This record gives sequence, structure tokens and C-alpha cells, in this order.
Amino acid sequence: MPETFVFYAFSTVAVLASALVIGQRNPMYSVLLLIAALGALSGLYIQLDAPFVAVAQIIIYAGAIMVLFLFVVMLLNAPREDAAEWDRSHPLRQPGIGRFGALLATLLLVQLAWALMEVNAIDAPVGSRSDAGTVGSVAEMGRVLFTRHTFAFEATSVLILVAMVGAVVLARREDGEA
Amino acid sequence: MIPLSYYLIVSAVLFAIGTAGVFLRRNLITILLSIEIMLSAVNLSFVAFGRYAGDLDGQIITFFVMTVAAAEAAVGLALVIALFRQRESLNPDAFTSLRW
Repeated sequence: MPETFVFYAFSTVAVLASALVIGQRNPMYSVLLLIAALGALSGLYIQLDAPFVAVAQIIIYAGAIMVLFLFVVMLLNAPREDAAEWDRSHPLRQPGIGRFGALLATLLLVQLAWALMEVNAIDAPVGSRSDAGTVGSVAEMGRVLFTRHTFAFEATSVLILVAMVGAVVLARREDGEA
Repeated sequence: MIPLSYYLIVSAVLFAIGTAGVFLRRNLITILLSIEIMLSAVNLSFVAFGRYAGDLDGQIITFFVMTVAAAEAAVGLALVIALFRQRESLNPDAFTSLRW
């Protein structure tokens, strides 16, 4: 089944690349690996009949946001992470917050896996809404976005404006500072 | 068609990886990247649910999540730059002046 094969290929790449993102000490490699993970995710979106989301993912995430990250990594001359002594031991044997975080993440994974075991195997769309047949149609998506979700769309533009002003103010160099 | 739970499992694994990254890494930039991983995992489950529920809301909300991710990256990186200027370090343990 090519469909199953494609699913496994993309999800393996996504999970492996994400695991390597947090396994790197050099932030430059982390950023590049995250781009690979996002590309694999957009392959999954295409399989889910969401081509527009897939393209937007590539353009916005892998294009814009990751370039921003890369730019900052290069601007700061990305010092390699200074490893504490305890950092080389297993996460579960680290003191304090590290052990707590590792336990919390493991617990979350177990809880999510348990919850997913309870889900019955749904392998066909179950929708009965009027737009059930048009999933993936970009024209229909635009119509829904600008009718049912107009307020959220407008609020988003305010959010972006606030974020832009905030970023400029935060990163500005004060007068008199070196 | 691939069962819905497969996509949800991938999403859950990605989210757990992101959570582990936030707690385990000692680099502000990698922590921000872990947050991006978590947001992408949530996006995947939104799109999968939307596909299997047969409506477009799952894809629409993905765009809002992407917008929030972009805003978060911009503000977060501006903070990282400001902090790096103060301490010449990206280690979160260097920024403990407010700890009592």
C-alpha cells in the first residue's frame, strides 16, 4: 500500500528530525533539522487532503520563521551550549528540575498513548456537515475564513501588529548603550 | 485510508519531544525551537481531526496557530537578543537576577 508507506516514511522523518533537534548542542543544526521535520509534516498534510496548509507550512514555517531563527543564531554567533556536568548523565538521574521535566514528559507520553489506545480505529471521514465534500478546496476555505471566522482573522492582524511593535521595542538598542 | 489514531500518535510523540526539549535543553534558542515543535504537533492533530470530521475548521485554525507561532518567534527572538546583550549567554541559568 503506497499510502501507508508514505505515511510511515513522513512520520518517521518528522519524529527522528524532531528528536535530533533537541539532541543537538549546536543551535544551527537544530534549526536546519527542524526545517526537515516541518517539511515531513507538510507531506502528512498533503496526505490529509490539506494542500494549502502544506504549502503555507513550507512558506511560513520553513521559509519565514526558520529564516528568522537562523538569522538570530548567526547574529548572536551561536555559542555552543555549555554542558553542565550533570547534563551528560541520564535525564532521569539529574537533580531537581531536570528530573522533574523528564518525568513530566514521560508521563505525558504515557498518558497520551493510553488515551489514544482508547480511540476506536476511525479510518474513514465521519463528517456530516455541508462542507464535508469540499475539504481541501482552497476556494471553499477562503469563503469559510472570511465568513464564519472573520473576527478571528481580524484579531490575528491586531496580534501581528502588537508582536511587531513588541519585537522592535525589545530588540532596540538604547541610546548611550555600547 | 490511514486510521485517525495513527496521526494522533505521531502528533503525541512530537508534542512529547517538544516538551522534553523545553525542560532538558540549556539554550534559549533550542527551547524556542521546541515550542515550535509542540505547535506543529498540535497543527497536525487539528488537520487530522478536521479531515476525519469532514469540515474545514481544522485547517482554518491551523493558520491561526501558525500566526501565533510567527508572533511568538518574533517576540521570543527579540527577547533572546536583548538578554544576550545583557549577559553574553544563552543559558537560561544565567538569567536568575529575580530569583530570591
